[in-house]
Amino acid sequence: MIFQDVWAWFTTPGAWAGTGGILQRLGEHLAYSGLVLLVAAAIALPLGAWVGHTGKGQNLVVALTGALRALPTLGLLTLFALWLGLGLTAPALALVILAIAPLLAGTYAGIAAVDPVIKDAARAQGMTGWQVLTRVEIPVALPLIFGGIRNAVLQIIATVTVVAYINLGGLGRYLIDGLAVRDYTRMVAAVLLIAALALLVDALLALVQRALTYPGLR
Amino acid sequence: MSWFLANLPYIGQLTALHLAQSVIPVVVGFALALPLARLALGRRADGRSTEAYTTAGQVRKGAVVNGAALLYTVPSLALFVLMPLVLGTSITSPLNVYVALTIYVVAMMVRSAVDAFESVSPITLEAATAVGYTPLRRFWQVELPLSLPVMIAGLRVALVSNISMVSVGAVIGIQSLGTLFTDGLRRDIPAEIITGILLTLVLALVLDRLLALVGATLTRWRNP
Repeated sequence: MIFQDVWAWFTTPGAWAGTGGILQRLGEHLAYSGLVLLVAAAIALPLGAWVGHTGKGQNLVVALTGALRALPTLGLLTLFALWLGLGLTAPALALVILAIAPLLAGTYAGIAAVDPVIKDAARAQGMTGWQVLTRVEIPVALPLIFGGIRNAVLQIIATVTVVAYINLGGLGRYLIDGLAVRDYTRMVAAVLLIAALALLVDALLALVQRALTYPGLR
Repeated sequence: MSWFLANLPYIGQLTALHLAQSVIPVVVGFALALPLARLALGRRADGRSTEAYTTAGQVRKGAVVNGAALLYTVPSLALFVLMPLVLGTSITSPLNVYVALTIYVVAMMVRSAVDAFESVSPITLEAATAVGYTPLRRFWQVELPLSLPVMIAGLRVALVSNISMVSVGAVIGIQSLGTLFTDGLRRDIPAEIITGILLTLVLALVLDRLLALVGATLTRWRNP
Protein backbone atom coordinates (compact mmCIF):
# COMPACT_ATOMS: atom_id res chain seq x y z
CA MET A 1 0.00 0.00 0.00
CA ILE A 2 1.19 3.45 -0.93
CA PHE A 3 0.41 4.98 2.47
CA GLN A 4 2.50 2.39 4.28
CA ASP A 5 5.31 2.98 1.78
CA VAL A 6 5.14 6.72 2.35
CA TRP A 7 5.11 6.18 6.10
CA ALA A 8 8.12 3.90 5.78
CA TRP A 9 9.88 6.58 3.69
CA PHE A 10 9.31 9.16 6.40
CA THR A 11 10.51 6.88 9.18
CA THR A 12 13.63 5.48 7.49
CA PRO A 13 16.72 6.14 9.61
CA GLY A 14 18.50 9.20 8.20
CA ALA A 15 15.43 10.47 6.35
CA TRP A 16 15.30 13.67 8.39
CA ALA A 17 18.80 14.67 9.49
CA GLY A 18 22.04 14.83 7.52
CA THR A 19 22.92 15.83 3.96
CA GLY A 20 19.95 15.63 1.61
CA GLY A 21 17.69 14.92 4.59
CA ILE A 22 14.23 16.39 4.98
CA LEU A 23 15.39 19.05 7.44
CA GLN A 24 18.06 20.32 5.06
CA ARG A 25 15.60 20.42 2.11
CA LEU A 26 13.02 22.14 4.29
CA GLY A 27 15.62 24.73 5.30
CA GLU A 28 16.53 25.35 1.65
CA HIS A 29 12.86 25.65 0.70
CA LEU A 30 12.24 28.21 3.44
CA ALA A 31 15.45 30.12 2.67
CA TYR A 32 14.62 30.47 -1.06
CA SER A 33 11.03 31.45 -0.24
CA GLY A 34 12.08 33.99 2.41
CA LEU A 35 14.65 35.60 0.12
CA VAL A 36 12.15 35.95 -2.72
CA LEU A 37 9.45 37.33 -0.41
CA LEU A 38 11.81 39.94 1.06
CA VAL A 39 12.97 41.22 -2.32
CA ALA A 40 9.47 41.23 -3.82
CA ALA A 41 7.98 42.93 -0.76
CA ALA A 42 10.71 45.58 -0.76
CA ILE A 43 9.65 46.49 -4.31
CA ALA A 44 5.89 45.93 -4.29
CA LEU A 45 4.76 47.16 -0.86
CA PRO A 46 6.12 50.74 -1.08
CA LEU A 47 5.05 50.99 -4.72
CA GLY A 48 1.54 49.74 -3.95
CA ALA A 49 1.25 52.06 -0.96
CA TRP A 50 2.40 55.03 -3.05
CA VAL A 51 -0.03 54.29 -5.89
CA GLY A 52 -2.89 53.69 -3.45
CA HIS A 53 -2.09 56.84 -1.45
CA THR A 54 -1.59 59.25 -4.33
CA GLY A 55 -3.91 57.60 -6.87
CA LYS A 56 -1.23 58.05 -9.54
CA GLY A 57 -0.63 55.23 -12.04
CA GLN A 58 -3.67 53.18 -11.04
CA ASN A 59 -4.41 51.99 -14.56
CA LEU A 60 -0.80 50.94 -14.99
CA VAL A 61 -0.88 48.86 -11.79
CA VAL A 62 -4.15 47.15 -12.77
CA ALA A 63 -2.83 46.32 -16.25
CA LEU A 64 0.55 45.20 -14.89
CA THR A 65 -0.88 42.85 -12.25
CA GLY A 66 -3.25 41.36 -14.83
CA ALA A 67 -0.44 40.71 -17.28
CA LEU A 68 1.84 39.30 -14.55
CA ARG A 69 -0.88 36.85 -13.51
CA ALA A 70 -0.94 35.43 -17.03
CA LEU A 71 2.84 35.07 -17.23
CA PRO A 72 3.80 31.38 -16.84
CA THR A 73 6.42 31.13 -14.08
CA LEU A 74 7.84 27.87 -15.43
CA GLY A 75 8.56 29.68 -18.71
CA LEU A 76 10.38 32.54 -16.98
CA LEU A 77 12.28 30.09 -14.78
CA THR A 78 13.55 28.02 -17.70
CA LEU A 79 14.30 31.07 -19.85
CA PHE A 80 16.32 32.78 -17.11
CA ALA A 81 18.09 29.51 -16.37
CA LEU A 82 19.24 29.37 -20.00
CA TRP A 83 20.36 33.00 -20.03
CA LEU A 84 21.89 33.31 -16.57
CA GLY A 85 23.04 29.74 -16.10
CA LEU A 86 22.27 27.43 -13.20
CA GLY A 87 22.38 28.95 -9.75
CA LEU A 88 20.15 31.01 -7.54
CA THR A 89 19.92 34.21 -9.63
CA ALA A 90 17.64 32.85 -12.36
CA PRO A 91 14.93 31.32 -10.13
CA ALA A 92 15.11 34.21 -7.65
CA LEU A 93 14.46 36.69 -10.45
CA ALA A 94 11.59 34.64 -11.92
CA LEU A 95 9.98 34.13 -8.50
CA VAL A 96 10.30 37.81 -7.53
CA ILE A 97 8.45 38.77 -10.73
CA LEU A 98 5.77 36.18 -9.87
CA ALA A 99 5.35 37.43 -6.29
CA ILE A 100 5.14 41.13 -7.17
CA ALA A 101 1.66 40.82 -8.74
CA PRO A 102 -0.33 39.71 -5.64
CA LEU A 103 1.69 41.95 -3.29
CA LEU A 104 1.19 45.02 -5.46
CA ALA A 105 -2.49 44.28 -6.11
CA GLY A 106 -3.28 43.70 -2.43
CA THR A 107 -1.47 46.79 -1.16
CA TYR A 108 -2.79 49.08 -3.86
CA ALA A 109 -6.38 47.84 -3.66
CA GLY A 110 -6.36 47.88 0.14
CA ILE A 111 -5.16 51.45 0.45
CA ALA A 112 -7.25 52.76 -2.45
CA ALA A 113 -10.36 51.24 -0.85
CA VAL A 114 -9.99 53.13 2.45
CA ASP A 115 -13.09 55.27 2.99
CA PRO A 116 -12.29 58.88 1.92
CA VAL A 117 -14.26 60.14 4.93
CA ILE A 118 -11.74 58.54 7.29
CA LYS A 119 -8.85 60.11 5.37
CA ASP A 120 -10.51 63.53 5.47
CA ALA A 121 -11.07 63.14 9.19
CA ALA A 122 -7.39 62.31 9.68
CA ARG A 123 -6.35 65.38 7.66
CA ALA A 124 -8.79 67.57 9.58
CA GLN A 125 -7.02 66.48 12.77
CA GLY A 126 -3.84 67.95 11.29
CA MET A 127 -2.09 64.75 10.16
CA THR A 128 0.47 65.07 7.37
CA GLY A 129 0.23 62.88 4.26
CA TRP A 130 2.82 60.50 5.69
CA GLN A 131 0.94 60.23 8.97
CA VAL A 132 -2.34 59.57 7.15
CA LEU A 133 -0.62 56.76 5.24
CA THR A 134 1.14 55.08 8.17
CA ARG A 135 -1.40 55.66 10.94
CA VAL A 136 -4.70 55.43 9.08
CA GLU A 137 -4.50 53.96 5.59
CA ILE A 138 -2.10 51.08 6.23
CA PRO A 139 -3.78 49.89 9.46
CA VAL A 140 -7.23 50.02 7.87
CA ALA A 141 -6.01 48.32 4.68
CA LEU A 142 -4.13 45.62 6.60
CA PRO A 143 -6.57 42.75 5.88
CA LEU A 144 -6.27 43.27 2.11
CA ILE A 145 -2.50 43.88 2.28
CA PHE A 146 -2.11 40.66 4.24
CA GLY A 147 -4.39 38.91 1.77
CA GLY A 148 -1.87 39.86 -0.91
CA ILE A 149 1.09 38.74 1.22
CA ARG A 150 -0.52 35.36 2.00
CA ASN A 151 -1.38 34.85 -1.65
CA ALA A 152 2.19 35.69 -2.67
CA VAL A 153 3.69 33.37 -0.03
CA LEU A 154 1.49 30.47 -1.18
CA GLN A 155 2.55 30.99 -4.77
CA ILE A 156 6.22 31.27 -3.80
CA ILE A 157 6.20 28.07 -1.71
CA ALA A 158 4.38 26.23 -4.49
CA THR A 159 6.73 27.48 -7.19
CA VAL A 160 9.98 27.05 -5.24
CA THR A 161 9.17 23.35 -5.66
CA VAL A 162 9.92 23.76 -9.35
CA VAL A 163 13.45 25.18 -8.83
CA ALA A 164 14.61 21.60 -8.22
CA TYR A 165 13.95 21.20 -11.94
CA ILE A 166 16.92 23.48 -12.62
CA ASN A 167 19.20 21.59 -10.24
CA LEU A 168 18.63 23.48 -7.01
CA GLY A 169 17.56 22.11 -3.63
CA GLY A 170 14.35 22.52 -1.68
CA LEU A 171 11.60 19.98 -1.12
CA GLY A 172 11.00 19.76 -4.87
CA ARG A 173 14.27 17.80 -5.07
CA TYR A 174 12.45 14.64 -3.85
CA LEU A 175 9.69 15.19 -6.40
CA ILE A 176 11.99 15.64 -9.38
CA ASP A 177 14.38 12.86 -8.33
CA GLY A 178 11.46 10.56 -7.55
CA LEU A 179 9.98 11.27 -10.98
CA ALA A 180 13.31 10.54 -12.69
CA VAL A 181 13.49 7.03 -11.20
CA ARG A 182 9.69 6.47 -11.23
CA ASP A 183 9.62 6.31 -7.41
CA TYR A 184 6.03 7.33 -6.75
CA THR A 185 6.38 6.87 -2.99
CA ARG A 186 9.06 9.54 -2.82
CA MET A 187 6.96 11.88 -4.99
CA VAL A 188 3.92 11.54 -2.73
CA ALA A 189 6.07 12.09 0.38
CA ALA A 190 7.50 15.24 -1.23
CA VAL A 191 4.16 16.77 -2.14
CA LEU A 192 2.74 15.96 1.31
CA LEU A 193 5.67 17.84 2.87
CA ILE A 194 5.17 20.80 0.51
CA ALA A 195 1.41 20.94 1.12
CA ALA A 196 1.93 20.72 4.89
CA LEU A 197 4.51 23.51 4.74
CA ALA A 198 2.14 25.74 2.74
CA LEU A 199 -0.74 25.13 5.16
CA LEU A 200 1.47 25.75 8.20
CA VAL A 201 3.03 28.96 6.89
CA ASP A 202 -0.39 30.29 5.84
CA ALA A 203 -1.83 29.56 9.29
CA LEU A 204 1.16 31.30 10.88
CA LEU A 205 0.65 34.38 8.71
CA ALA A 206 -3.04 34.43 9.66
CA LEU A 207 -1.95 34.63 13.32
CA VAL A 208 0.54 37.43 12.56
CA GLN A 209 -2.19 39.31 10.70
CA ARG A 210 -4.50 39.00 13.71
CA ALA A 211 -1.80 40.21 16.07
CA LEU A 212 -1.02 43.26 13.91
CA THR A 213 -4.63 44.33 13.36
CA TYR A 214 -5.91 47.03 15.70
CA PRO A 215 -8.43 45.50 18.14
CA GLY A 216 -11.08 47.94 16.94
CA LEU A 217 -10.70 46.77 13.33
CA ARG A 218 -10.91 43.01 13.94
CA MET B 1 11.23 33.13 -35.51
CA SER B 2 12.75 30.40 -37.68
CA TRP B 3 12.27 27.90 -34.85
CA PHE B 4 8.64 28.93 -34.62
CA LEU B 5 8.03 28.48 -38.34
CA ALA B 6 9.88 25.16 -38.51
CA ASN B 7 7.79 23.66 -35.71
CA LEU B 8 4.33 24.97 -36.48
CA PRO B 9 2.44 21.62 -36.36
CA TYR B 10 4.08 20.71 -33.03
CA ILE B 11 3.26 24.14 -31.56
CA GLY B 12 -0.31 23.95 -32.84
CA GLN B 13 -0.79 20.56 -31.23
CA LEU B 14 0.55 21.77 -27.87
CA THR B 15 -1.59 24.93 -28.06
CA ALA B 16 -4.71 22.80 -28.60
CA LEU B 17 -3.79 20.63 -25.59
CA HIS B 18 -3.16 23.76 -23.51
CA LEU B 19 -6.47 25.26 -24.60
CA ALA B 20 -8.39 22.13 -23.57
CA GLN B 21 -6.65 22.00 -20.18
CA SER B 22 -7.36 25.71 -19.65
CA VAL B 23 -11.01 25.81 -20.63
CA ILE B 24 -12.51 22.49 -19.51
CA PRO B 25 -11.53 22.82 -15.81
CA VAL B 26 -12.86 26.39 -15.74
CA VAL B 27 -16.20 25.37 -17.23
CA VAL B 28 -16.61 22.31 -14.98
CA GLY B 29 -15.26 24.13 -11.91
CA PHE B 30 -17.62 27.05 -12.46
CA ALA B 31 -20.58 24.71 -12.87
CA LEU B 32 -19.69 23.08 -9.54
CA ALA B 33 -18.85 26.27 -7.63
CA LEU B 34 -22.05 28.11 -8.54
CA PRO B 35 -24.56 25.79 -6.81
CA LEU B 36 -22.07 25.20 -3.96
CA ALA B 37 -21.84 28.92 -3.24
CA ARG B 38 -25.59 29.47 -3.58
CA LEU B 39 -26.43 26.55 -1.29
CA ALA B 40 -23.82 27.74 1.23
CA LEU B 41 -25.55 31.10 1.46
CA GLY B 42 -28.81 29.33 2.14
CA ARG B 43 -32.16 30.90 1.96
CA ARG B 44 -31.83 34.66 2.11
CA ALA B 45 -34.54 36.40 4.04
CA ASP B 46 -35.90 39.43 2.28
CA GLY B 47 -35.38 43.13 2.72
CA ARG B 48 -33.87 44.59 5.85
CA SER B 49 -33.55 41.25 7.59
CA THR B 50 -31.07 39.97 4.95
CA GLU B 51 -27.97 41.26 6.70
CA ALA B 52 -28.65 38.98 9.66
CA TYR B 53 -28.00 35.43 8.52
CA THR B 54 -29.06 32.66 10.81
CA THR B 55 -26.26 31.10 12.90
CA ALA B 56 -26.52 27.83 10.97
CA GLY B 57 -26.28 29.80 7.71
CA GLN B 58 -23.16 31.61 8.88
CA VAL B 59 -21.53 28.35 9.92
CA ARG B 60 -22.35 26.78 6.56
CA LYS B 61 -21.06 29.78 4.62
CA GLY B 62 -17.89 29.89 6.75
CA ALA B 63 -17.29 26.17 6.24
CA VAL B 64 -17.62 26.40 2.45
CA VAL B 65 -15.54 29.57 2.06
CA ASN B 66 -12.80 28.41 4.46
CA GLY B 67 -12.79 24.91 2.97
CA ALA B 68 -12.24 26.44 -0.45
CA ALA B 69 -9.44 28.64 0.91
CA LEU B 70 -7.79 25.57 2.45
CA LEU B 71 -7.95 23.67 -0.87
CA TYR B 72 -6.40 26.66 -2.61
CA THR B 73 -3.44 26.46 -0.21
CA VAL B 74 -2.30 23.08 -1.61
CA PRO B 75 0.29 23.71 -4.38
CA SER B 76 -0.87 22.73 -7.89
CA LEU B 77 2.06 20.40 -8.50
CA ALA B 78 1.20 18.58 -5.27
CA LEU B 79 -2.40 18.12 -6.41
CA PHE B 80 -1.23 16.78 -9.80
CA VAL B 81 0.92 14.16 -8.07
CA LEU B 82 -1.72 13.17 -5.50
CA MET B 83 -4.49 12.71 -8.08
CA PRO B 84 -3.48 9.15 -9.11
CA LEU B 85 -4.05 8.09 -5.48
CA VAL B 86 -7.62 9.34 -5.64
CA LEU B 87 -8.47 8.54 -9.25
CA GLY B 88 -6.42 5.40 -9.79
CA THR B 89 -4.91 6.91 -12.94
CA SER B 90 -1.28 6.71 -14.02
CA ILE B 91 1.00 9.58 -13.05
CA THR B 92 1.29 10.92 -16.61
CA SER B 93 -2.44 10.79 -17.33
CA PRO B 94 -3.85 14.18 -18.42
CA LEU B 95 -6.93 13.37 -16.34
CA ASN B 96 -4.88 14.24 -13.21
CA VAL B 97 -4.40 17.76 -14.50
CA TYR B 98 -8.05 18.16 -15.49
CA VAL B 99 -9.34 17.07 -12.10
CA ALA B 100 -6.69 18.95 -10.08
CA LEU B 101 -7.26 22.20 -11.99
CA THR B 102 -11.03 21.79 -11.64
CA ILE B 103 -10.54 21.56 -7.87
CA TYR B 104 -8.51 24.78 -8.06
CA VAL B 105 -11.16 26.61 -10.04
CA VAL B 106 -13.81 25.50 -7.54
CA ALA B 107 -11.59 26.74 -4.70
CA MET B 108 -11.18 30.13 -6.39
CA MET B 109 -14.72 30.51 -7.71
CA VAL B 110 -16.69 29.57 -4.59
CA ARG B 111 -15.39 32.69 -2.90
CA SER B 112 -16.15 34.94 -5.89
CA ALA B 113 -19.60 33.40 -6.33
CA VAL B 114 -20.47 33.98 -2.66
CA ASP B 115 -19.35 37.61 -3.04
CA ALA B 116 -21.33 37.87 -6.28
CA PHE B 117 -24.59 36.65 -4.75
CA GLU B 118 -24.07 38.91 -1.74
CA SER B 119 -23.57 41.90 -4.06
CA VAL B 120 -27.23 41.67 -5.11
CA SER B 121 -29.28 44.17 -3.16
CA PRO B 122 -31.75 42.50 -0.78
CA ILE B 123 -34.24 45.23 -1.55
CA THR B 124 -34.27 44.19 -5.21
CA LEU B 125 -34.93 40.61 -4.20
CA GLU B 126 -37.74 41.72 -1.95
CA ALA B 127 -39.24 43.77 -4.78
CA ALA B 128 -39.14 40.70 -7.02
CA THR B 129 -40.95 38.68 -4.39
CA ALA B 130 -43.47 41.47 -3.98
CA VAL B 131 -44.40 41.46 -7.68
CA GLY B 132 -45.02 37.75 -7.51
CA TYR B 133 -41.79 35.92 -8.47
CA THR B 134 -41.53 32.41 -7.11
CA PRO B 135 -38.16 31.71 -5.36
CA LEU B 136 -36.89 29.65 -8.31
CA ARG B 137 -37.89 32.21 -10.93
CA ARG B 138 -36.50 34.97 -8.76
CA PHE B 139 -33.13 33.17 -8.70
CA TRP B 140 -32.95 32.69 -12.49
CA GLN B 141 -34.39 36.01 -13.58
CA VAL B 142 -33.25 38.44 -10.88
CA GLU B 143 -30.54 37.15 -8.53
CA LEU B 144 -28.33 35.34 -11.03
CA PRO B 145 -28.34 38.09 -13.71
CA LEU B 146 -27.62 40.79 -11.11
CA SER B 147 -24.74 38.78 -9.66
CA LEU B 148 -23.06 38.43 -13.08
CA PRO B 149 -20.73 41.48 -13.00
CA VAL B 150 -18.93 40.26 -9.84
CA MET B 151 -19.21 36.65 -11.01
CA ILE B 152 -17.58 37.35 -14.39
CA ALA B 153 -14.79 39.36 -12.73
CA GLY B 154 -14.00 36.35 -10.52
CA LEU B 155 -14.21 33.96 -13.44
CA ARG B 156 -11.74 36.04 -15.46
CA VAL B 157 -9.18 35.87 -12.63
CA ALA B 158 -9.73 32.10 -12.32
CA LEU B 159 -9.35 31.59 -16.08
CA VAL B 160 -6.14 33.60 -16.42
CA SER B 161 -4.56 31.98 -13.35
CA ASN B 162 -5.57 28.59 -14.69
CA ILE B 163 -3.95 29.22 -18.08
CA SER B 164 -0.58 29.93 -16.49
CA MET B 165 -0.98 27.03 -14.04
CA VAL B 166 -1.55 24.46 -16.80
CA SER B 167 2.08 24.71 -17.91
CA VAL B 168 3.32 23.40 -14.53
CA GLY B 169 2.00 19.96 -15.55
CA ALA B 170 4.91 19.76 -18.01
CA VAL B 171 7.28 19.20 -15.08
CA ILE B 172 5.69 15.78 -14.50
CA GLY B 173 5.45 15.10 -18.24
CA ILE B 174 1.91 16.22 -19.12
CA GLN B 175 1.86 17.88 -22.53
CA SER B 176 0.83 21.51 -22.91
CA LEU B 177 2.56 24.75 -23.94
CA GLY B 178 4.60 24.10 -20.77
CA THR B 179 6.31 21.30 -22.69
CA LEU B 180 8.02 24.04 -24.74
CA PHE B 181 9.64 25.25 -21.49
CA THR B 182 10.95 21.89 -20.29
CA ASP B 183 11.97 20.84 -23.81
CA GLY B 184 13.55 24.24 -24.53
CA LEU B 185 15.60 24.05 -21.35
CA ARG B 186 16.77 20.51 -22.01
CA ARG B 187 17.74 21.23 -25.62
CA ASP B 188 19.03 24.75 -24.93
CA ILE B 189 16.65 26.57 -27.33
CA PRO B 190 15.63 29.98 -25.88
CA ALA B 191 13.38 30.59 -28.92
CA GLU B 192 11.28 27.59 -27.92
CA ILE B 193 10.77 28.93 -24.38
CA ILE B 194 9.98 32.44 -25.62
CA THR B 195 7.45 30.97 -28.06
CA GLY B 196 5.81 29.16 -25.15
CA ILE B 197 5.67 32.28 -22.97
CA LEU B 198 4.26 34.47 -25.76
CA LEU B 199 1.65 31.89 -26.79
CA THR B 200 0.54 31.46 -23.17
CA LEU B 201 0.15 35.23 -22.88
CA VAL B 202 -1.76 35.43 -26.17
CA LEU B 203 -4.02 32.57 -25.10
CA ALA B 204 -4.72 34.29 -21.77
CA LEU B 205 -5.37 37.62 -23.46
CA VAL B 206 -7.71 36.19 -26.11
CA LEU B 207 -9.72 34.01 -23.70
CA ASP B 208 -9.93 36.85 -21.17
CA ARG B 209 -11.24 39.27 -23.80
CA LEU B 210 -13.69 36.63 -25.00
CA LEU B 211 -15.00 36.10 -21.48
CA ALA B 212 -15.25 39.86 -20.95
CA LEU B 213 -17.29 40.09 -24.16
CA VAL B 214 -19.60 37.29 -23.03
CA GLY B 215 -19.97 39.12 -19.73
CA ALA B 216 -20.77 42.41 -21.45
CA THR B 217 -23.36 40.70 -23.65
CA LEU B 218 -25.03 39.02 -20.67
CA THR B 219 -25.14 42.26 -18.66
CA ARG B 220 -26.38 44.63 -21.37
CA TRP B 221 -28.90 45.96 -18.85
CA ARG B 222 -26.03 47.84 -17.21
CA ASN B 223 -25.65 50.23 -20.19
CA PRO B 224 -29.08 50.52 -21.78
